[in-house]
Parts: sequence; C-alpha cells; structure tokens
Amino acid sequence: MNNSVEIKNLDLEFGSVKVLQNLNLEIGKGEFLVLLGSSGCGKSTLLNCIAGLLDVTAGQIHINGNNVTWSEPSERGIGMVFQSYALYPQMTVEGNLSFGLKNAKLPKTEIAQRIKRASEVLQIEPLLKRKPAALSGGQRQRVAIGRALVRDVDVFLFDEPLSNLDAKLRADLRVEIKRLHQNLENTMIYVTHDQIEAMTLADRIAIMRGGQIMQLGTPDEIYGQPINKYVAGFIGSPSMNFLDGRIKGREFEFGDLSIPMTGYNFVNGSPTDSETTLGIRPEHVVTGELVGNAPFQTDVTVGLIEPTGSDTLVDCELAGTPFRVRMDGQAKVSVGETLRIGLNPSRASLFDKQTELRL
Amino acid sequence: MSNGRPSQLFRNKSAKIAAIPMIVTALFVFVGGTAWTVVYSFTKSGLLPRLKWVGLDQYERLWSTNRWLVSIENLIIYGLCMLVLVFVIGFILAALIDQKIRFENTVRTIILYPYALSFVVTGLVWQWILNPDFGIQSIVQGLGWESFAFDPLYNADIAIFGVLIAGLWQGSGLVMVLMLAGLRGVDQEVWKAARIDGIPAWKTYIFIVIPMMRPVFITTLVLVVTGIVKIYDLIVAQTGGGPGVSTEVPAKYVYDMMFRANNLGQGFAASTMMLLTVALVVIPWAILEFGGSKNRG
Repeated sequence: MNNSVEIKNLDLEFGSVKVLQNLNLEIGKGEFLVLLGSSGCGKSTLLNCIAGLLDVTAGQIHINGNNVTWSEPSERGIGMVFQSYALYPQMTVEGNLSFGLKNAKLPKTEIAQRIKRASEVLQIEPLLKRKPAALSGGQRQRVAIGRALVRDVDVFLFDEPLSNLDAKLRADLRVEIKRLHQNLENTMIYVTHDQIEAMTLADRIAIMRGGQIMQLGTPDEIYGQPINKYVAGFIGSPSMNFLDGRIKGREFEFGDLSIPMTGYNFVNGSPTDSETTLGIRPEHVVTGELVGNAPFQTDVTVGLIEPTGSDTLVDCELAGTPFRVRMDGQAKVSVGETLRIGLNPSRASLFDKQTELRL
Repeated sequence: MSNGRPSQLFRNKSAKIAAIPMIVTALFVFVGGTAWTVVYSFTKSGLLPRLKWVGLDQYERLWSTNRWLVSIENLIIYGLCMLVLVFVIGFILAALIDQKIRFENTVRTIILYPYALSFVVTGLVWQWILNPDFGIQSIVQGLGWESFAFDPLYNADIAIFGVLIAGLWQGSGLVMVLMLAGLRGVDQEVWKAARIDGIPAWKTYIFIVIPMMRPVFITTLVLVVTGIVKIYDLIVAQTGGGPGVSTEVPAKYVYDMMFRANNLGQGFAASTMMLLTVALVVIPWAILEFGGSKNRG
C-alpha cells in the first residue's frame, strides 16, 4: 500500500457531456504529480473530484488506502490551494489560518503551534496580524499555502496556484513550492497549463486531453519520448518541428530528402512502408562545428531571426515545410544566409500519420 | 503653487461648467427649500406662508398632538420590523436562489415583480386580500373553518402589521435581487476553500460571505431606510390612516397639515422633525463611514 492517492475508473458527466472518461491514476507517497493540459482538458475537474468538490458519476477515489469517493472534502485528509487564493478577506492572516481548525474544535495550544510552524516554514510571521487586502499577490498565495499546511494533511492539491502572479514572482514561488515539497515530503498534485512549471516541479507529469490522460511519465520521458504527436507538440517551447513524409525501411523520405533513421529506437520494430511524421525539436538541430558529427546534414536558407538573448531562433524552410532551428545566442547569423544544419535521428520522434502514435 | 502649478479651481474646466446647473439646482431646491421650511416652521403660517414669528409654538403643539405621537410610534414599529424582516427574507430568498436552481430567471422575476407595482396598487390589493368580507378570512371560512379570524386592517392594535405585510411583499424582491448580486460577487473558490476547511454552509454565510458583502448591505440599507421614512402612498391606498389614527405615519401627517388642514406652519414643523430624525441617524453613520477613510489613506 504505497500509493497515496488512487483513482479507479473515474467517470464524470455533466448531463450528456463526458468530462472525464474511465480515468485511472496512481500517485505514490511523497510524489509530486503535475496535471498538465490546455484549458478545458479536465485537469481542474479531476482535481476538484479528488478534493470532493465535485460528485463523480462512476469510479472510486482512494486516499491513503481509504475509499473517500463519497466523503466530505474536509474528511479526506487534503489541503487545497486555489488560483484566486480564496482567502477570507475580512479575517487577518492568523484568522485565515485558524478558522478551519477552530471550527474543528482543536485545542488552542495545538492551533497556535500549527500556525507558528506553518508561518515559519512560509516566512509569513510578520504578516499574521494583517488582512489579505494589505498583502501582495505572492504573500497572499503564501498564506493560502499556509492554510493548507496547518491542516496537517498528507495530500496537497494545487489548482493553478501561480497563474495570477507576474512572471518574476511566479518563478520565485515555483522554487519555494519545490523546496516546500522537498522539506515536507507530502504528496502534491498540481494543476497547471504552464509547461515550464510542470517540467521544473514534477516527479511525474500527466498530460491530459479531452478528459483522458494522454501520457503519464517523468518530465524526461515526456520531453524525450512523447507518446503521440499531441504531447510532442504541447511540450517544448518553441514547439517541435513536424515533417510529413514516408518511412521506407530505415530511411525517412521527405520531399527530395532522405534521412537515415539509424539509431532511432522504434517502439514496435521498424515499419516497412507507411505515411509518417518526423518530429524534431528546434534545440536538437545542430549548427556550426557540431554538424560534422550529425548522421544527416543539409543546407537551409535563413528566413527570419528571433533573438531572445540566451539563444537565437532561426526560421527557415526544409523542402518546403516551415522549420525552426535554435542556435546559441552568441552565434552570428543573418537573413538570406545559407546555414548548414545537422539532425540526429536518435533524438527525433516518428509518429504514424493516421493514428499520430509514436512509432 | 509658486512653481507655476495651475490653480485647482480652474482644472477640468469643462466638467465643472457642466456640473453647474445641477449644483445650482441642488443648492436652490434642496438646501434652499430645506432652510426655507425650517425658517417658516417658526411662524404662524396658515393657508399661505407668513413671516409672523411664534417661536417654538408649532413644535409644542406638534408634540402634544396624539395623532403625531401615534405616527411616530407607527413609524418606529413599521421601520424596525420592516428593516429586520426585509433583510432576513430578502437574504434567505437570495441564498436559496443561489443554489443553482432551475428556472432561476423565472423565479427571480416573480419575486421581484411586486416591486414594479406602485404602492397604490400594492395597497389596494392588500386592502382587498385582508378584507374580512371577501379576502383571506372569507375564503378560509368558506372552506369550513367558521371561527377563523384574520382582519388586521380592522383592528386598531395590529393594523400597522397589515401594512407591514404589504410593504414586505413589495420590498423583499428588491432586497433579494441586490443580495443575489452580492452573493454572485463572492468568488466560488472561497466557497470551495470553506468546504475543504470543513466549515458548514451557515457558518460560511455568517462569518465569510456576509462580511464580504458589506458594500451591498450598506446600499440596500440606505434604499430600505429611505423607503421606510418616506412611506405615505401605501398607507393612503391601503388604510387611509385608519381605523381611527392607528396607521398614521409622519409623512401623511405633514401632507394632511399642509394641504388639507391649511396649517403650513404645523406641516413645516413636522417635516423639520422628520429631517432632524433622519439627520440624527445619517450624520454619525456618515462620519464613521467616510470620515475615517482619510486617516486610512
């Protein structure tokens, strides 16, 4: 019984709309799981089901080995942090932290102790007497995390907690959440649409689409071996280049180019002859001196340059298809110039054109 | 000012010019009219205003008139009951409608509908409903309960509560709509957070949601209180102040004195007393509400 949260055959329907379909998920003790997907994919809905804020249509939810499918949210042993912080505005920070505990009739000394501990961990001690209106966004979200912390539970749920913050604060608080997880070793389930948050925080990422989990894996697996074309395009920024062609034996034929796929790990052995999409990330295209080692090399004409400081993105065309290459920020390149690029098939992905599944 | 900053008086000139007609109207009609009324309340004006000073005579007479004392007593009873009940009923209706019910628009319209009627119509309707000969009493008696008696408008002791029923019927809808707007303004995630914290719904309403709705409550309070103080047409249509003087109210006293009894001085004195009462309530509240805001920054 090492699983902290288990979701078994979960269905959720709103009238005739199926929001979640036959969803299974097991989350280990102390694991940081991120539910990632674009809006409307059902990730927040799933989190609300785990929290007990939505009644499921079918299936079961187990937390710490107990079947909590029909338990009240407060009895499930969870704490939750919301996007809009959802603090009680008329109460001080201390009141916010203690209200639920007082309501549960905990002894005063116990409440004081828990608040002390939570405010130390989150460094909100100087704010305890203030009201939420007098706090900045980052401080408010810290208080909201504190409210989950004082509940002394094993499972934390985060519903896009950083989406209301500006970019810098988001990066800061992201690090703090990661540190918090390392210190507390609680199970955390975190919903976001931000892939950077997902990649940096997660032990495992579940990519969701249309109420189903497309792929569940470590950030490395999701990034390196996306299970289908949707996941491949969703993860990574700038997004993956896709080239539509045919696979013939060990060669990927694309326009007048033929790319040898030696070194590529096929999932079910190499197909003989089928319509295929090759996906290659802009950062896996090599330029300059490294081209010499690449199994496949070609020339492209630089069409557009997007410098971002740390690196430079080059837009070009590869046999008539738009293609992006990421170069080092220091590299000298100009529009119209011919650029020698190299591809390494072992870092690319092949997808069946019809099913969009990884080959 | 020395560094050539333009005078505050001449900034936003066009806006100030546009506001002048309203400022003049407000000063002339409201402030001027009020001052004029207060001044003439110290005279012996009858059919026409005359500057013949009688000191506080009009006030002495006012406070020794039984009808005025009954009016004040009625206003207090009606006002307190109305204030408490209209808030309780309005809020409960709003909280019920907020439970994601079906046909919400229809229900909301039905409850708000009485507010669209004029007080004269409301008064007449409830006069008929409460009439013992063809209203509720006769219907219940017709069903077989012969001894049933419900005729508040014909009992001087409780007639004002008959008026209260009509007032509540008309006023609750507006309070409900305002409260509903306030409830909808509360972030749904606050409700979720309270559920996770294990706080029962009634506690969430009392300790979290209602405090968050303070601005809505203040707006509603102002609307309800002004409605109570100026109550006149409902009384005229429903009871005419009767039986006897048992449902008289101050506004009706003022009107009757000024335009029926041809005793302007007495009417002015009564309206000055009404102004004074309202001022005694509003001014301390305004100081509390707005005076402190400068200190808070």
